[in-house]
Amino acid sequence: MAIDAVAREQEVPSPQPPEIETGRLPLYYRASHWVRSHLVAVFAILALVYLFVPIAVVILFSFNSVGANGRGSTAWQGFSTDAWTNICVDPNICRAVGTSLQIGLFATIGGVILGTLISFALVRHRFRGRQTTNLTIFLPMATPEVVMGSSLLALFLNTQIPLGFATVLIAHIMFTISFVVVTVKARLAVLDPRLEQAAMDLYADEKQTFRYVTLPLVAPGIAAAALLAFSLSFDDFIITYFNKGPSVTTFPVYVWSAAARGVPPQVNVIGSLMFFGALALVVIAQLAGRVRRR
Amino acid sequence: MAKKSVSTGNVEDLHLVQLVKEYGQSRAVDDLSLTIPAGSFFALLGPSGCGKTTTLRMVAGLEDPTSGRVLVGDEDVTMKRPYERPVNTVFQNYALFPHLNIEDNVAFGLKRRKEKDIGPKVADMLELVELTPMARRKPSQLSGGQQQRVAVARALINRPDVLLLDEPLGALDLKLRRQMQIELKRIQVEVGTTFVHVTHDQEEAMTMADTVAVMNQGRIEQMGSPEEIYELPRTAFVANFLGQSNLVSAKVVDRDGDRIVVDAHGSRWAMPTGRSVQTEGSVILGVRPEKLRVERAGGGTRSDGNVNAVNGIITDVSFVGVSTQYMVITEWGQELIAFEQNMASGDRLRTGDDVSLSWEVQHCFGLSGDDSVDAGVGGEILGVGLRPGHGASANATGE
Amino acid sequence: MPAVMTPGAPPISGDTVYVQPKKRGRVAYWLLLPGMLWLFIFFVIPLFSLFVTSLQEPLGATPSAGYGPGFRFANYTDALTTYTPEFIRSFVYAGLATVLCLVISFPLAYFIAFKAGRWRNILLVLVVAPFFCSFLIRTYAWKTILADDGFITSFFNALNVLPDDRILATPIAVVFGLTYNFLPFMVLPLYASLERIDPRLIEAAADLYAKPWTGLRKVTVPLAMPGIVAGTLLTFIPSAGDFINSALLGSPRTRMVGNVIESQFSRDAYPTAAALSFSLMAVILVFVFVYIRRAGTEELV
Repeated sequence: MAIDAVAREQEVPSPQPPEIETGRLPLYYRASHWVRSHLVAVFAILALVYLFVPIAVVILFSFNSVGANGRGSTAWQGFSTDAWTNICVDPNICRAVGTSLQIGLFATIGGVILGTLISFALVRHRFRGRQTTNLTIFLPMATPEVVMGSSLLALFLNTQIPLGFATVLIAHIMFTISFVVVTVKARLAVLDPRLEQAAMDLYADEKQTFRYVTLPLVAPGIAAAALLAFSLSFDDFIITYFNKGPSVTTFPVYVWSAAARGVPPQVNVIGSLMFFGALALVVIAQLAGRVRRR
Repeated sequence: MAKKSVSTGNVEDLHLVQLVKEYGQSRAVDDLSLTIPAGSFFALLGPSGCGKTTTLRMVAGLEDPTSGRVLVGDEDVTMKRPYERPVNTVFQNYALFPHLNIEDNVAFGLKRRKEKDIGPKVADMLELVELTPMARRKPSQLSGGQQQRVAVARALINRPDVLLLDEPLGALDLKLRRQMQIELKRIQVEVGTTFVHVTHDQEEAMTMADTVAVMNQGRIEQMGSPEEIYELPRTAFVANFLGQSNLVSAKVVDRDGDRIVVDAHGSRWAMPTGRSVQTEGSVILGVRPEKLRVERAGGGTRSDGNVNAVNGIITDVSFVGVSTQYMVITEWGQELIAFEQNMASGDRLRTGDDVSLSWEVQHCFGLSGDDSVDAGVGGEILGVGLRPGHGASANATGE
Repeated sequence: MPAVMTPGAPPISGDTVYVQPKKRGRVAYWLLLPGMLWLFIFFVIPLFSLFVTSLQEPLGATPSAGYGPGFRFANYTDALTTYTPEFIRSFVYAGLATVLCLVISFPLAYFIAFKAGRWRNILLVLVVAPFFCSFLIRTYAWKTILADDGFITSFFNALNVLPDDRILATPIAVVFGLTYNFLPFMVLPLYASLERIDPRLIEAAADLYAKPWTGLRKVTVPLAMPGIVAGTLLTFIPSAGDFINSALLGSPRTRMVGNVIESQFSRDAYPTAAALSFSLMAVILVFVFVYIRRAGTEELV
């Protein structure tokens, strides 16, 4: 019985290991292992570079000086900050940006409201026709812009609605709804319903629960949806192009028509501003999220 | 391409030679050398973070050691990729392929090795784990226990030289766990493969394994059969990690033939020389709670040749059905634990009673005075106060 | 899917989706009404409008004479036979772009999902960031980058691999531009799917004798299928209808169906344009339906 056992050395089972060298693993092995585990990283970085090369070019060429003919060009013509200091030298650019901003703002408001309402219905309520609803929401995301743009145009033509700011806005609200729904729905789905139950247990009625508990918790999702809607709207070309009529020029439309003659550096300035602006917003959102979580 | 290790069909010994795994400055596995004989059921036991899973992964090939070697039989497999080693793993959360049904999961390894007669082999294996009717189902349709058996089948069907099990029973409820423990042991005996089972559950290790190695902070503290390491721990960590121990600091004051005499806060006790790591200087005397007898003070038992005794006052009594646990505080302020089986009724001891604790000299063990008496005391369980009954796990979480 | 595109939105996986107690009653319909009505009037009805337009009869010899209602199905046959090359070309370019996009995006998505650790969010932001700079401007930037006297074109010319000694105004540039524009749409769904995969499954595959490529084929890719399907659809569908890349980076020889539709509309030849547009939609729908059936996933939203 082990109790009476005399102390002995750790019992090593009889077979002994063969004599071998046991230092660090040989270099060839470690090297090939390093390569193997970093291969994916290399391709990932290449992909990122591919993603950013045009951005770098855009930023770089915002410092391009305008050639002798006063037009922008795809060739580098010397460094200058003129474009940054004189963004509105061609008033059309700034007007176009203004139009895009306006449309973006209204479209975002419209799309977010309509889309959020739908999201709540989808996540929180029972109703008939769910399949059809989902299909109708999903379909715009799966339809080429040419088709959406041209079909809307057909509608306006056939009903003789004049093309202009209103028709563009209508179109923008239409296509942002789907994206808003998907975004807000995702956020709603991970909202623990027990939080609202706790609020009601603590004497908050439906309105108060919504205002003090639900809304703040969904807010990040709505904010994200708003950002997404705004970007989609600001950046939209094809659908806008088909439905704008002769008088409306959004920023992408301006770029398109300028592309034939030579895009002025100011366009790149605006592009860079958009990039950095949105990047800053996203970084701030992330940091705010992190601070909040802590 | 490196040469593939095909399992020879002869089960081989597993040798770990001076394995080290460093992460930055810290060593998860610290110069670990071990030989696991062919065909044995070996348990690697230790608390979370002790390095047992890292060791297992190094054997499987899922981690590279910083230095040291892994050998299967005579063959150095350290630099072989996992798919080149005759070793298979049963993962902690089973890692069954959700997109494949049970049959395809079990057949996976065979298909990769392009073996013949896959169909019959899979059928046999499913019968072995008693899951034949589930063959076409997907893993998500099976219960935890069934998934676990599929994981075992999927690994075993490849007839590896070594089967590694990474806390495979952790997710199961108690009753199922006990069942699976018996199952796994039965399968191991039947198939004859070397099993290396990593767990933090000491009861599991002791029930299933032929040999248990207790790991702490990357090193093996002690290795032996379950009885050996339980009855004769060599370090405080082992003494506290396996079951519970009363550890008292003492000094060796005399030596008498095959016994040493120690002085612990005034009490003199004897201990067999063979059961102590150290035979001079300061030592820690240990005795397990179930070895202590509790009697009313003045009942006549005092330290004599074959029995050690100490007086104290009961501070807590816990009736646990099978046994009663007593917490007794000694003169020098240390609380000792005693378990007594509830054999006789009448004259129940109560809190506040003066009692005498006694144990046979043969039952105590000696540890190095340098050890800390708190080493290995469970992280989740409070340091002071009643602990769960005899035989329960000391630590609740795993790796 | 776009939900994961939005920065700041919580990851879809990793958080518990709660089973919401669903309320009954009519509130749902009031919530749905405004949005669905909008979609119905301005998305569904226009499709009918498009169809109606596509069947209109000419009122005169030239488009400027206008069109009247009719049932001229010949519009379809005329349009499709005249523009068959453009039609086919669109799908070929879109297909190539989708495949290229998948190949380029997969390692990136894989890296972010499995190997990025705490850089994950930053990387995701980086993937989405270029999207914020107008896509026209970015495509135009490619015109600069791939210019005939530019670095890249010169490099490939030196290797003598370019059939026309230029990249711009060739299909290469168009496909390249298409691939580029939809990278984030491919990376994000791929990432979302890959991120859900338990890395232990990949380890288990290796443990069970699967070499890295085999493991990829047999375990990772099947499990990432929903993301692959979503990503390829989000890339292929818009690409097939695109005309911007072809206009900015291509030449008359690279005209796609989108270009034709655009030019027909601007010439007031509405029925032809509408017929082409509707056909494009129909073909894509059929394709999507078949593709989803084959790929075996229904859950896309």
